[in-house]
Amino acid sequence: MTATAKLFASAALLLLLLVGVPLFINATGRSDLYYTLTSVALLSIISAGVWITFYIGRINIGQGAYALMGGYVSAILVMEYGVSFWVTLPLAGLFCMAASVLIGLPILRLRGVYFAMVTLVLTEVARLLALALPITNGAKGIVSIPQPGRIGLFGLTIVPDFATLANPRFAFYVVSVLLMALCFAALYRLKNSRIGQLCQSLQQNEELASSIGVNITYLRVLAYAISSFLGGVGGAMFAAISQSIYPSSFTVADSINFMLNCFLGGLGYVFGPMLGTFVLYFGWDLLFQTGEFQLLIFSTILIALMLLLPNGLLSLRLSGRPKATAAAPPAHRQEEAQARSTAAGRASS
Amino acid sequence: MEQVIANGLYLGAQYALIALGLTLIFALMNVLNFAHGQMYVLGGFVTYTIYGRLGLPFPVALAASCVTLGVVGALIEKFLFRPVVRRSEREESTMLLAAAVAFFLDAVILLLFGEKQRGVPKIVNGVFVSDQLIMPYDRIVVGVVAIAMIAAFVLYMQYSRPGRAMRALAQDRTAAQLMGVNVDRYSMIGFALGALLAGAVGSLLVTITGVNSGIGGPISIKAFLMVMIGGAGVVGGAIAGGFILGMMESVGLTVLREYGDITYLVIFALLMVFLSIRPNGLMGKPWG
Repeated sequence: MTATAKLFASAALLLLLLVGVPLFINATGRSDLYYTLTSVALLSIISAGVWITFYIGRINIGQGAYALMGGYVSAILVMEYGVSFWVTLPLAGLFCMAASVLIGLPILRLRGVYFAMVTLVLTEVARLLALALPITNGAKGIVSIPQPGRIGLFGLTIVPDFATLANPRFAFYVVSVLLMALCFAALYRLKNSRIGQLCQSLQQNEELASSIGVNITYLRVLAYAISSFLGGVGGAMFAAISQSIYPSSFTVADSINFMLNCFLGGLGYVFGPMLGTFVLYFGWDLLFQTGEFQLLIFSTILIALMLLLPNGLLSLRLSGRPKATAAAPPAHRQEEAQARSTAAGRASS
Repeated sequence: MEQVIANGLYLGAQYALIALGLTLIFALMNVLNFAHGQMYVLGGFVTYTIYGRLGLPFPVALAASCVTLGVVGALIEKFLFRPVVRRSEREESTMLLAAAVAFFLDAVILLLFGEKQRGVPKIVNGVFVSDQLIMPYDRIVVGVVAIAMIAAFVLYMQYSRPGRAMRALAQDRTAAQLMGVNVDRYSMIGFALGALLAGAVGSLLVTITGVNSGIGGPISIKAFLMVMIGGAGVVGGAIAGGFILGMMESVGLTVLREYGDITYLVIFALLMVFLSIRPNGLMGKPWG
């Protein structure tokens, strides 16, 4: 696909989400879909963070920790200090970013399963911290957080007070979709930038990249910080929508799900996390009718998907799908072969 | 103090056995087995059914747990992990599969055994009491059995033919294959053995703490902790990690009691510091 076609497809998708979906929901009267789609949008933002760490060759199962942290930062700022939610949203992201730099500097030296296991433990640490710290109010959590207020510029209302809206769900939906669009546009830009290329060199061989003169410590901390920023923003939005946050809001299971979203969509594609989240979330929701067999069917489908498409849904390469590698097919083939041989080498070492 | 050490040793023996299974699977297949805790739970429930419900002797139940999990492990390796490992472009794909298997086992356990906490009658009654030490006999029995199993496992890996083959496989897969080791067969045996160990611990611990369908995840996390402390893919490391975690938990629960439930928080914090100094654990090879 050419750049224009890609741009056009993305704009069409955004238009569909912002205009088509509300029309459909109005026509069918299924306003519960708003909440579902909002969740998908936010979860895909958080999963996009995990995708970035995959992009530098790290398996990140600790995103739940940053989502939880972001949620708490936003909730505490709103409740204790009366800061407007719209200010706390980026603040939550920045707080997570700062924390992730501190945490990332030591643990990003780890690789492979070691990194995966440490990040998994990190999720658990965040939950225990939320239980133990006095400011987070323990297991009772922080509840009845006020809805986001209005943003005005020179007396002109840009975003109305959510509490006065007839349908705050719709407002949250629009905000989340816009955030998602912003996030994935930035991600796409990042992937195709110089930094993105350098990150890919990390994924393939860190020593080699380092020997050529790539500052690998800086790059991986940067990637991890961006990843955590997205996690924090997503978590803060979630806290605002549910108007509450508990230590169990984001657990190890959520962290694993974020990772699964990326896997399922395909690790080589920017839009992988979005598609993966959509499929997983809706799949899980649809299976709700099967009652006690929900988890059984869900996991069976997951296993079957892995057996049939071990490289993710987007590896199907349907026509019209944004092919992330269309720009340079021969180079990509080479990379694949190289990645495979390094994987084989690692497996045998 | 003696009490704390005895508790630590008893816990450590169980933990080491869990970590051994996880580390074995990792060493052979380069797979991080998320479903390890679920395998433990399954082992516990098999023992609950045979020993608790049917009233057969405990050794029979223990053997049944081991056999069931061994078979389950072998089937999972043969039909799930092997094809995916062969066909996927990135080795991380096996983690998705492992997570899916964990969900699947969770669902099966929930459907078969329900969500209630289950316990079984004590295998040995009575309590050992001395001046410094109070220890129920059944804990002593379970601890001794666990240590015996660890010893048996180490000897098996060290001296038997399959054990040697598996160690060769863990060292260098390609070289082992060139030397005529049947890689597929020993991967399957290794996976089955790892699952079997998880089932054995589940079976042993159900007699003391009972079992419920929700503890699989936390058990997996503990197993990951131990493997990280000792170093992934190393038998000695798993044993050391198990005993260290058992000791820390035992000491932490006593020393930090007045500060509330923060033992694990402290352990995690210590682990982070430790890993930043020594990223591959006590005995791990660099990058597994």
